[in-house]
Amino acid sequence: MNNKKKDTEEVRLMKGNEAIAHAAIRCGCDGYFGYPITPQSEIMETLMELEPWNTTGMVVLQAESETASINMVYGGAGCGKKSMTSSSSPGVSLMQEGISYLAGAELPAVIVNVMRGGPGLGTIQPSQADYFQTVKGGGHGDYKMITLAPASVQEMADHTVMAFDLAFKYLTPVMILADGVIGQMMEKVVLPPFQPRLTEEEIKIKCPWATLGKPANRKPNYIYSLQLEAEEMEDLNLRLQSRYRTIEKNEVLFEEFDCEDAEYLIVAFGTSARVCQKAVEMARAQGIKAGLLRPITLFPFPTEQISHYANQTKGMLTVEMSAGQMVEDVRLAVNGRVPVEFYGRMGGIVPSPDDVFEALKKLIVK
Amino acid sequence: MTTNDIINPANLVYAKPSVLNDVPMHYCPGCTHGVIHKLIGEIIGEMGFQEKTIGIAPVGCAVFAYKYLDIDWQQAAHGRAPALATAVKRLLPDRLVFTYQGDGDLAAIGTAETIHACNRGENIAIIFINNGIYGMTGGQMAPTTLHGMKSSTSPNGRTVPLNGYPLDITKLLAQLDGTCYVTRQSAHTVASVRKTKKAIQKAFENSMLGKGTSIVEVVSTCNSGWKLSPADSNTWMVENMFPAYPLGDLKDI
Amino acid sequence: MAKVKGAIVVNVERCKGCNLCVVACPSKVLLLNNEANSKGYNYSYMADPDSCVGCSACAYVCPDACITVYRVKL
Repeated sequence: MNNKKKDTEEVRLMKGNEAIAHAAIRCGCDGYFGYPITPQSEIMETLMELEPWNTTGMVVLQAESETASINMVYGGAGCGKKSMTSSSSPGVSLMQEGISYLAGAELPAVIVNVMRGGPGLGTIQPSQADYFQTVKGGGHGDYKMITLAPASVQEMADHTVMAFDLAFKYLTPVMILADGVIGQMMEKVVLPPFQPRLTEEEIKIKCPWATLGKPANRKPNYIYSLQLEAEEMEDLNLRLQSRYRTIEKNEVLFEEFDCEDAEYLIVAFGTSARVCQKAVEMARAQGIKAGLLRPITLFPFPTEQISHYANQTKGMLTVEMSAGQMVEDVRLAVNGRVPVEFYGRMGGIVPSPDDVFEALKKLIVK
Repeated sequence: MTTNDIINPANLVYAKPSVLNDVPMHYCPGCTHGVIHKLIGEIIGEMGFQEKTIGIAPVGCAVFAYKYLDIDWQQAAHGRAPALATAVKRLLPDRLVFTYQGDGDLAAIGTAETIHACNRGENIAIIFINNGIYGMTGGQMAPTTLHGMKSSTSPNGRTVPLNGYPLDITKLLAQLDGTCYVTRQSAHTVASVRKTKKAIQKAFENSMLGKGTSIVEVVSTCNSGWKLSPADSNTWMVENMFPAYPLGDLKDI
Repeated sequence: MAKVKGAIVVNVERCKGCNLCVVACPSKVLLLNNEANSKGYNYSYMADPDSCVGCSACAYVCPDACITVYRVKL
């Protein structure tokens, strides 16, 4: 949430959605495939305005549907190309088939979900109600998706770069799970430095599995997720699960505010975490030792860190713009040692710091 | 001269193309898929394009196409092959990119992807196997199933009130400005196999020339699904499929 | 006497006995064997090799690419 960057770097003012577009071009993204939906349309609009095909050679294409977009991402990813799409909740629902296939085919890809309220067509107002869909697997089959939860425009840019790095490191789809507030609000941002797109020779070394055309001296590369033999299917399942355990071990990210001596811990991500940071300040001003833990990765979840605070605190409050989804993972981490309460708003309503502070006093500090 | 004298590499006139792998194909005896795979293997070999080709396999009987042709392949979700091909061709514009799809894949679940790839004029070739039935899942009705034709989900024959009309999607695709070559062929005789080979070769050449989307529909048999012998299936196809899906070029610019 | 003479070799294990080559052969050279291959298919063979002219019709229509054709001009 802090924009601590060197004074020498150029500071720009832009929307979170725009920051993703700029960061994608700068980090050497090869292809963006998308379909318009509020509140994330500025991502594709910005790309179309910047025309990166004239500079870096990046392909930008407006597809006929989210189904087509995610499958274009699959096609690009299968060639070892840095491929991404973005959408908002109803569109991401439509992409679930493709996400499952990406996971099954072990392909690197970046998907941005700028969440809005649901279910159904819902509302264009911000929401965090796609947590379950994202971290519990919205598509079919046993898979997980690394999930980054930006809480600032700066993180929208930074997470775009990081998402591609993680996707290629672990050969898995990576979700940037933002919400309508982060997508639409304007903040200061320092954009990442330009990295050239990989050449085909570089891709051949980095992604020997990529379908770039079969030279005489290698076997053909196949991108597929079909395993008709039960043992082969289980082999893939085990390989994926082992990779997920490695991800859980190595890639957990979170941020803490005033947690060292906290007696009451708030857990919140994204926009909710920004609100909760203010609520913690209000609590501290009244002598209540509150702290905030903000998961940056939702999968892998900061289970260990939350478990650690279960030994030190008297209670926890999870705040989300949903009916309460992440709270289940907080409770699993706490495992009954301290009360874990929930406060949330739905329908596209962002809770105020006062609301959160009242909830903290009412639910936890009894 | 004895047979053994004739069987000599110097006298060779026809052999399995090297691009077609040695592994046996899983297709039923007499299935048209095998002929088309063989033709694709011949063409890629003759064009010298093995290193430059990326095939997109569908869901359906041809889901295992990647096992049979010695090129790089991506296997798509059901109906999504044209979306994959779009991205692959745009990211690798100097490659030959083709999809291989059945009628259920291309004309039912993937209709949107097919039409929009064609309408954008993606520089890809689409090989469309139309046998009027879902073969892989056990002979269910497809959008291309003929009036009165029996399938496992139209056991008393397809009727318009219940199932609507057979979909001539190739005719529809020929109307789109993005397509440059739309043709309907078959592979049941020597002459038709030769014509289909020429058609697929032209479609591949168009892909490399950037002329737009080419579609080669091959009216095919599914003798298992049709519950006929391979030879009787060919006869049935000529008598019943060809009137509904007449052979020839629908567009060539 | 024919001006050309041909012969075919059937990849017995690849052949599925679909009979399309038998039907396609204009010289009635081919039949399905009473013997079956390891998969139980009655594979095709030259029942009348003397009549083969190496026209390749059988190979063109073969869905399993299991026929290799040779031809000599006499």
